[in-house]
Amino acid sequence: MTKKFVLGIYDDEDVLLQAIENVRAAGTKIYEVFSPYPIHGIDDVLGVKRSRLPIVAFFCGLFGMSFALWMQIWMLGFDWPMIIGGKPHIALPAFIPVTFELTVLCAAFGMVITFFIVTRLRPSLKVNVFDKRSTDDKYVMAIEVKEGVTDISALNNLLRSNGAIEVNEKEVIK
Amino acid sequence: MQHVSPIREPLVTGGKTYHDVTEDVCRQVEAKPNARWAAAFAVSLVGLAIFFYSVYRTLWFGIGEWGLNKTVGWAWDITNFVWWVGIGHAGTLISAILLLFRQKWRTSINRAAEAMTIFAVICAAMFPVLHMGRPWLAYWVLPLPNTFGSLWVNFNSPLLWDVFAISTYFSVSLVFWYIGLIPDFATIRDRATGPIARRAYSILSMGWTGSAKAWSRHETVSLILAGLCTPLVLSVHTIVSMDFATSVIPGWHTTIFPPYFVAGAIFSGFAMVLTLMIITRKTFKLEDYITLEHVESMNKVIILTGSIVGVAYITEFFIAWYSGVEYEQYAFINRATGPYWWAYWSMMTCNVITPQLFWFRSIRRSLTATFIISIFVNIGMWFERFVIIVTSLHRDFLPSSWVMFSPTIIDIGVYVGTIGLFFTLFLLFCKFFPVINMFEVKSILKSSSEVKHHPNGAMHGTNKDSHTNTHP
Repeated sequence: MTKKFVLGIYDDEDVLLQAIENVRAAGTKIYEVFSPYPIHGIDDVLGVKRSRLPIVAFFCGLFGMSFALWMQIWMLGFDWPMIIGGKPHIALPAFIPVTFELTVLCAAFGMVITFFIVTRLRPSLKVNVFDKRSTDDKYVMAIEVKEGVTDISALNNLLRSNGAIEVNEKEVIK
Repeated sequence: MQHVSPIREPLVTGGKTYHDVTEDVCRQVEAKPNARWAAAFAVSLVGLAIFFYSVYRTLWFGIGEWGLNKTVGWAWDITNFVWWVGIGHAGTLISAILLLFRQKWRTSINRAAEAMTIFAVICAAMFPVLHMGRPWLAYWVLPLPNTFGSLWVNFNSPLLWDVFAISTYFSVSLVFWYIGLIPDFATIRDRATGPIARRAYSILSMGWTGSAKAWSRHETVSLILAGLCTPLVLSVHTIVSMDFATSVIPGWHTTIFPPYFVAGAIFSGFAMVLTLMIITRKTFKLEDYITLEHVESMNKVIILTGSIVGVAYITEFFIAWYSGVEYEQYAFINRATGPYWWAYWSMMTCNVITPQLFWFRSIRRSLTATFIISIFVNIGMWFERFVIIVTSLHRDFLPSSWVMFSPTIIDIGVYVGTIGLFFTLFLLFCKFFPVINMFEVKSILKSSSEVKHHPNGAMHGTNKDSHTNTHP
């Protein structure tokens, strides 16, 4: 299935931010905005919700911590108890370093793997970049064209009057 | 919009536009390697060959190829291990701790410093693994159910903590580095002309498009990883120091070790970053991104950590006297005046005296002076570990077991070899990866670039076709 998009190309982040606000105020739905670097304050004007990845990290870390403590207590305290240096079998203070490391390891990997999955990042040869300049020095605002509903020339005027340096149309195979 | 005080020095000079940043950083990735790079790579490969030969000798004939003896059971191997791990610390400090402190000057050096971290940790890991004698059984350090009855590893041992600390540190640093590389790989992918390059960078960039939502998540992930890496980096050298501090050897059994080792690690790491950056900026003409301002900032970190290390040396000496423990006192007197006095005083000169020269602004901002002092610090920090390890061991409790340690050619070969391994990896990184974090530099360009007007290249020649109207 192919989808058609109108792309507004911008070359200044402040103009872009103002344009996003105006386009949204005009009742047009923005499909996505692409930029070469994270733009400060774009989340608010575009209505991107705050990421919940920190929560994922917290629970993965909690799992790592519990797993590490359980592993050490079970192995040295129950499965094969040995007296080491005259200390108790379950010598909790000595278990803290490994517990800490596994907490960090699980939190980091759990969060990063979740990030890859939710952002759909995976090693692949096929890449749908709307405009290649968006990874260099331009900002691209993509608006989806619905056949028979969207007035392309009105959209063109809206984008241009809000500072777009170019307006292009692009079909993308989804 | 971020605001930076106009009295601050610009972090990027030369009036760069966004497109200039892309061009300047991608240049050495896309161009054929220059002669300097090829010459350096050839020398590194010789080092790598020495590494493989020495490792072959160590594995084929055993640990007897090293100069260890019954009294000194740890010497160059652990010295080199601690030295390399310490060097690794600067990368994480720059990318994680300075990110939390919002120090924007880290943006142009964090990529290369993190690469240095990863390669230094690889070099470090060689030593404990080789010292096992039978590295193919290295998995015995992991808590795996085994065929000898379910006898588990000893979780009370700092050496086992080290296994967890170093492997966690390595894998989390690698992930942190890679997360930062993805958007820059996408930039290279979208510029690539050759089919191999396009495919390789497509796979590496994992389909990154730079959408607002992806950036928002990317920033969150970077921030949380920085938060996780900060205690992690402090824990790693703390645990390394516990390899010594939890023993009962006079000279090692000290509570000051963890903070003293962490400060020393950052100290040596920044010295290595400076050594590498001064060469890299020159070779790849990145003077506009790694400016004297950056060098000066790093030199300030060197004065701070160098002074902490100096205070720690003196404190150790004082506490040895104050403790009233005869053996402890002897260990320290022997360090300074015994047969290894030259190692001790090399350490004192290189680590305590030379960095104090950075109190002078002209020296802090001189590339030649900085380069020489950074080499001194690298040498001094190697001697620090050698002094701590060998002088504490070589005069054992019984004078009948007092010996001297001298390295064999294989000891030297493994050490020189890891330097070859390090530079081989670093040079490959310089050739194929973007050495400067393009997207982070672009994100500070508007607020911290030299030219305060519109940085987006309305005046720039290469994108004439794209500016149909102009902005104020």
